Amino acid sequence: MNKARRNPLNNAAMHAILIAYTCVALFPVFVILINSFKTRKAIFREPLALPDADSFSMIGYQTVMEQGDFFLYFQNSFIVTVASLFFVLVFGAMAAFALSEYRFKGNTLMGLYLALGIMIPIRIGTVAILEMMVATGLVNTLWALILVYTAQGLPLAIFILSEFMRQVSADLKDAGRIDGLTEYTIFFRLVLPLVRPAMATVAVFNMIPIWNDLWFPLILAPAEHTKTLTLGSQVFIGQFVTDWNAVLSALSMAILPVMILYVIFSRQLIRGITSGAVK
Amino acid sequence: MTALSLTKVNKSFGKVQVLYDIDLQVDEGEFVVFVGPSGCGKSTLLRVIAGLEDATSGEIFIAGEQVNMTPPAKRGIAMVFQTYALYPHLTVRGNMALALKQEGQPKDVIAARITEASRMLDLDPYLDRRPSELSGGQRQRVAIGRAVVRQPKLFLFDEPLSNLDAALRMNTRIEISDLHRSLGATIIYVTHDQTEAMTLADKIVVLRDGRVEQVGSPMELYNNPANQFVAGFLGAPSMNFLPASTVGGAEGLTLGVRPEDLARDPAGLLEAEVTHVEHLGGDTNVVLRGPVGTDITLRLFGQHEIGFGETLRLGFPPERAFYFDAEGRRVAA
Ligand SMILES: Nc1ncnc2c1ncn2[C@@H]1O[C@H](COP(=O)(O)OP(=O)(O)OP(=O)(O)O)[C@@H](O)[C@H]1O
Ligand SMILES: [Mg+2]
Repeated sequence: MNKARRNPLNNAAMHAILIAYTCVALFPVFVILINSFKTRKAIFREPLALPDADSFSMIGYQTVMEQGDFFLYFQNSFIVTVASLFFVLVFGAMAAFALSEYRFKGNTLMGLYLALGIMIPIRIGTVAILEMMVATGLVNTLWALILVYTAQGLPLAIFILSEFMRQVSADLKDAGRIDGLTEYTIFFRLVLPLVRPAMATVAVFNMIPIWNDLWFPLILAPAEHTKTLTLGSQVFIGQFVTDWNAVLSALSMAILPVMILYVIFSRQLIRGITSGAVK
Repeated sequence: MTALSLTKVNKSFGKVQVLYDIDLQVDEGEFVVFVGPSGCGKSTLLRVIAGLEDATSGEIFIAGEQVNMTPPAKRGIAMVFQTYALYPHLTVRGNMALALKQEGQPKDVIAARITEASRMLDLDPYLDRRPSELSGGQRQRVAIGRAVVRQPKLFLFDEPLSNLDAALRMNTRIEISDLHRSLGATIIYVTHDQTEAMTLADKIVVLRDGRVEQVGSPMELYNNPANQFVAGFLGAPSMNFLPASTVGGAEGLTLGVRPEDLARDPAGLLEAEVTHVEHLGGDTNVVLRGPVGTDITLRLFGQHEIGFGETLRLGFPPERAFYFDAEGRRVAA
């Protein structure tokens, strides 16, 4: 922002609003975190109090560690999320490049067809997907989830990325062609680094829904060895009794990996903006 | 020898035809400039020559070889773009080396060529910087350097100066002209600036709406334009056009006189009222309202005191007048 145009009062008001919003947004997370370190009684007596010497307890974490194979669930979630994001980004970017760069018959139609997925939720096809997975023997494998999440993420990824790729200087790509670079080199070395902010956006948009999804793990991969974290945590939520300590602890731990991924992507978001390709 | 030859080149984008039957011969060592108004197809023609677009029909020969099916990198050309198009992730040295590496040149050859080019273009202090750390003028020199190191048979420039400010434009223009002389290179240069065209070219190709209007040396085109479009496009300020009948010519013809050929003359055939005067020091440009309301520009050398609203009588040597028919074709008086 321009320094000369900055009014101190405006500035203060703006920060006040932003800080207030941050507090509101972080409040639930904060409540989950503090309660995960309290005894069951303390959680219900004073949900908003910080844990003190009296109410402090690691019982929730202990239960989580003992119950089921929590680290395996963790690993499953991580593999599924990272692999799906990887495929969404690679294939999405490639398709977006083809759609924005090459003139071929049916280009517009192809673009529309791919964008259709943005409007139609993939869950509508659950039964058909399950049938396909059964037919191909992929039920109760992580591949089932990775494939579904890749399909789910691609439409929006292609839509966003092709818009950004159209903005990459055509001259730059042509300079590469004249210098003898292959189309793959042009794509990976010239274009991808320039759309990095868009890639990060797509990754962030896709990451949370995949990490949090309960539907597809429950239907496609409910076996013990393929359970994801969200599905695994469900054992603590019963019809009649819920082990709140364990649920809160599991949720607290589930926040960490997404946060790490988010930090990685958001740094990319900022970095991509500073390169000076063309005037 | 012929460096480039085009025969009956047509180009359409879908249903829209952009180039019509372009025929052109460029000799080795020639500096050829394509000029024309915006959207006339200059860039498209250059990209067809480069191989970035396929010609819809017609043949392209570079140094005697048919290259219609040859990819851009194998055509022996190098191109400089209006937006520089430097690789943002590579240093200046890396930018210049990339194409040579792709060609599989040995390391010492690459180093030698970069040294040579950077000396020629004064790029030595910047070799290890990235494009984002250079000014516009420096970036354009790097882009030119990237073309020079390839030692191409044909240089292609697409409006390389249009992003530079006036002073830098003049310097770079001189630099490109020097480069042409010292390398003896064949250059094809696209611009819509007629000053650039006149000052740089051995041969100018005037394009309009995808057709070649006229080809010739700058002075040929200036002294002997084939039609009204070429006459009006080259020369600044541009040629005056008025109905020939106002000076006693044939009905239906258009008279063209260059502003510098007009002079104040008590016995002149034209009478006009001054509406605007531009004092440039060396020249004085006078804009007048002519007999049928057409604007007439008069270019006087030196400084003149001329008042607004004054009525002047203007004459011109009859051999400096051009006549055009209703279709804009040049006809004898
Ligand atoms: N990829 C394309 N698809 C469709 N039409 C195109 C394409 N590229 C260029 N054209 C059309 O071709 C015509 C010529 O374009 P071109 O870029 O060659 O003009 P130009 O003479 O270089 O103009 P300028 O001086 O503005 O750069 C224009 O009418 C343009 O709309
Ligand atoms: Mg152009």
